[in-house]
Amino acid sequence: MMTNPVHRITQGQFSFLPELTDAEISLQIDYGLARGYAWSIEYTDDPHPRNTYWEMFGMPMFELEDAAGVLLELQSCRRTFPQHYIRLVAFDATRGVESVVMSFIVNRPSREPGFGLIRQEGQGRNIRYTLHGYVTDRPEGERGE
Amino acid sequence: MGLPMYSIPGTAAPAPEGPPGAGSAAATGAAAARVPPADRAHTVSEVLGESQADAVIDELDRDLVGLAPVKARIRDIAALLVIDRLRMNLGLEAQAPSLHMSFTGNPGTGKTTVALRMAQILNRLGYVRKGHLVAVTRDDLVGQYIGHTAPKTREVLKRAMGGVLFIDEAYYLYRPENERDYGQEAIEILLQVMENQRDDLVVILAGYKDRMDTFFRSNPGMSSRIAHHLDFPDYAPAELLLIAERLLAQQNYRFAAGAREAFAEYLAQRTGQPNFANARSVRNALDRARLRQASRLFADRERRLTAEELSSIAPSDIRASRVFQAALAAPNPKT
Repeated sequence: MMTNPVHRITQGQFSFLPELTDAEISLQIDYGLARGYAWSIEYTDDPHPRNTYWEMFGMPMFELEDAAGVLLELQSCRRTFPQHYIRLVAFDATRGVESVVMSFIVNRPSREPGFGLIRQEGQGRNIRYTLHGYVTDRPEGERGE
Repeated sequence: MGLPMYSIPGTAAPAPEGPPGAGSAAATGAAAARVPPADRAHTVSEVLGESQADAVIDELDRDLVGLAPVKARIRDIAALLVIDRLRMNLGLEAQAPSLHMSFTGNPGTGKTTVALRMAQILNRLGYVRKGHLVAVTRDDLVGQYIGHTAPKTREVLKRAMGGVLFIDEAYYLYRPENERDYGQEAIEILLQVMENQRDDLVVILAGYKDRMDTFFRSNPGMSSRIAHHLDFPDYAPAELLLIAERLLAQQNYRFAAGAREAFAEYLAQRTGQPNFANARSVRNALDRARLRQASRLFADRERRLTAEELSSIAPSDIRASRVFQAALAAPNPKT
């Protein structure tokens, strides 16, 4: 059985949909801005599901009114990291919420090898399972190609 | 339709978009997202009716005293934008007009107020999406050390996207006496965004006339990207008096008998003095007159005050001003 038939990781919102166009991304950003969320851009080359904290690309963008500002920053991130995963993250600062409320991937490397399941035989008949991203077999900086 | 609402990349149904970040696709996408509000109108009144821009222009005419050349110019610009919209509906022109402006004039002549209204008008006509105004000065754009300026300027630009960026005293950005000044870097980033993202934001530069002229002479790139130069004239004494009355009316005050004449005399004295800032000076003078009125009423503890007394500025409140005392000390300031 293939565990990754489409060779795309699925994390965050819209990840089962085709890539969002920039116009669609703008609409999502505007939706968030209308609710007072602060958008930020994060990137990584290790898409392991437990890799929660990606690198920040610049500061979170507070006090924006229009999607064009976020899109401007996104384009510059895509130019800098064309072969990384890039996601847009919306932070809701409302008291009591104070957490990330939207997150979706907006850029992927051209090749996504996916994950392998590693079985470690423990004591007795115990087996411990772990996920291993094939992409991390290569050192940082060479993972995109 | 039996087709699924999704498609898996790499299978028969192609994804609607090419590789992410493709430049042309991004441009058309952005254009498609920005649907003009009046895209089917074929007459001027249809555009105005759908956009409600007329209401803002009328309000501008009504609320702002004087400034006849500025108002005329704004009407011209609005007319041009409406006609451009009609042309676009008929497919005659696709290029977005350059809307960057420069407002020159002495302090207190209403540059910021007009910029706010301009943002509303542009928003109603569909030339900026959100219509907010971000007012900044040199401090907000220029950093303090190498590598600080670019992120700082970009942050301001990002905040202003979809609205109007109002740069007050823009000539401070350029300091020719210091060749390592970071202001030049801010100007370059500004120019780049002004050129490339014309439909995302409108930049308005404001400042004194002569210094702005010098600024434009030393930055020809900036000058050539600014389509509209609006010059704000000083207010005439009668206009200043009208402004004073409106300001008082806004706060539920009014001039008592004789106070209007006293204020006219005050203005005559004040305009000749240095640091006169037109409407702003009028507002400050009125604030001080209100202070004096309050302490005058405060002095008489037992009196029952009527609404009439509480809301009227007496001539004595105005004549107590330092300006008159200075005039008394030097009885003939002309010589």
